[in-house]
Amino acid sequence: MTLVAEDLSYRHAGALRPTLRGINLSLADGEVVGVVGANESGKSTLCLVLSGLAPRVVGGQLAGRLLIDGEDVAALPPHRLAGRVGIVFDDPGTQLSGVAATVYEEVAFGPSNLAVGRAELIERTEWALDLLDIRALAGRDPARLSGGQQQLVAIASILAMRPRHLVLDEPTAQLDPAGTALVGAALQRLAASGVSVLLVEHKTDLVERLASRVLVLDGGRVALEGPAGDVLADPRLPGLGVAPPAQIRLRNRLADAGLESPALLEAIAAAAAASTSASAPQGPASAASAGGPA
Amino acid sequence: MIPLALLAGAVLLPAAASRVLRRLQRAVLVLTLPLAVSVLLVNLLFFPAGQDVLFRLGPLTGTADGLRYGVEVLARLLALSGGVTLFYLTTRPGDLTLDLERRGVSPRVAFVANASIGTVPAILERAEAITQAQRARGLDTEGGLLARARGIVPIVGPAILGAIADVERRTLALEARGFGRPGRRTLLREPADSGAQRVARWAMVLALPLLAVLRATVGLP
Repeated sequence: MTLVAEDLSYRHAGALRPTLRGINLSLADGEVVGVVGANESGKSTLCLVLSGLAPRVVGGQLAGRLLIDGEDVAALPPHRLAGRVGIVFDDPGTQLSGVAATVYEEVAFGPSNLAVGRAELIERTEWALDLLDIRALAGRDPARLSGGQQQLVAIASILAMRPRHLVLDEPTAQLDPAGTALVGAALQRLAASGVSVLLVEHKTDLVERLASRVLVLDGGRVALEGPAGDVLADPRLPGLGVAPPAQIRLRNRLADAGLESPALLEAIAAAAAASTSASAPQGPASAASAGGPA
Repeated sequence: MIPLALLAGAVLLPAAASRVLRRLQRAVLVLTLPLAVSVLLVNLLFFPAGQDVLFRLGPLTGTADGLRYGVEVLARLLALSGGVTLFYLTTRPGDLTLDLERRGVSPRVAFVANASIGTVPAILERAEAITQAQRARGLDTEGGLLARARGIVPIVGPAILGAIADVERRTLALEARGFGRPGRRTLLREPADSGAQRVARWAMVLALPLLAVLRATVGLP
């Protein structure tokens, strides 16, 4: 059960040049792959293609093959993909349905479209609310929430559909450190239960913590690819418009100043790990970890 | 008079029972006051077949027939606007959508009906944000009539273009959430539909042809 892209190239409708060129990648069950790159490098387009929305919904031309769980996506209508590949965008305002009076109804909107039974609909909705620790918002009007709260609702709304594969386009763009850590913890739990995750992020600290592999996009091509630790420490990264994680920057500065020592590096790594997980609020989210995807 | 009886029995009483009478009065007043005043004045002073003279004021003559006809038209207007306002004050858009779907209406049709209600405040909110952004860049939106008219273009343009761009992104998000799937959806809940509500609904449905027949045969006012 994997998501495999073979030599994918994509050109937007009316564009002269392709936005993506020769992309090869695979996502195994339970794997988290990070994608980083400068603006206009093709990250969001990659998300649209991998979720099956491009070219089927947005138009354009796709070359190469995309296989989801062994099936060629070209043969599947978008609604058949909806329950298998979940996509979260960076702008929460336009991800909300606009018809739900409460956060509870908003989160239930996706699974209700999949026509799951009513008992399962309620179970999925409450599981997703707990996973992101937003049960307290259940009765609120989604349109009246802050941007960060709306983004958590948008993520919960996709998780309630229990996709086997998740494509996240800067899901923490509007979140504070606590919200970012909360999403990170939820993604770790989902990956541990077998969900594959493609995480597009500018926050390389989060990518470093979650991803086992990282791709760097540049001009629609994969410029760097490999284990997260190696790619994020690659000296070519800043030249590709990506800021390395804080601990790597600090380590490089110390090395430049001749202050590098094994004990110091160990302390920096420990501090970085603590800073990305300690701010995750404790609460119902941890109690919800038993409920994995169907 | 039937419009007044309808106004009292089918609008004011249910509004009082639903505790929205004050809001209803305010909304109806705002909506119909200018029209109501003109309807009353025009009929009072210029009713062509008016015979019972109430008063003369220079070239103007107020008649009892005109006043009676004006009150009748006003009662119809109030019954109509009161009924529509009562519906919006007592019906949550989500409940309307759920009930439409429960009765077999396509989810897409129900969604459009619901989303169109929610779109208006969203556009107003966007326009307000754009207005503030344009003011921060020196646009005069509070000067004279000409200045205000000039200020409309830089606000309406981005508001409409932004709304169009939102539609594209929202379409993607809806597809990603399985909205394009054919067939029925699972309804999270069923809207309340008590015995009293069903009786009232059927009574209103039956009253419609009955009143039409009575008016055609007996000639109700």
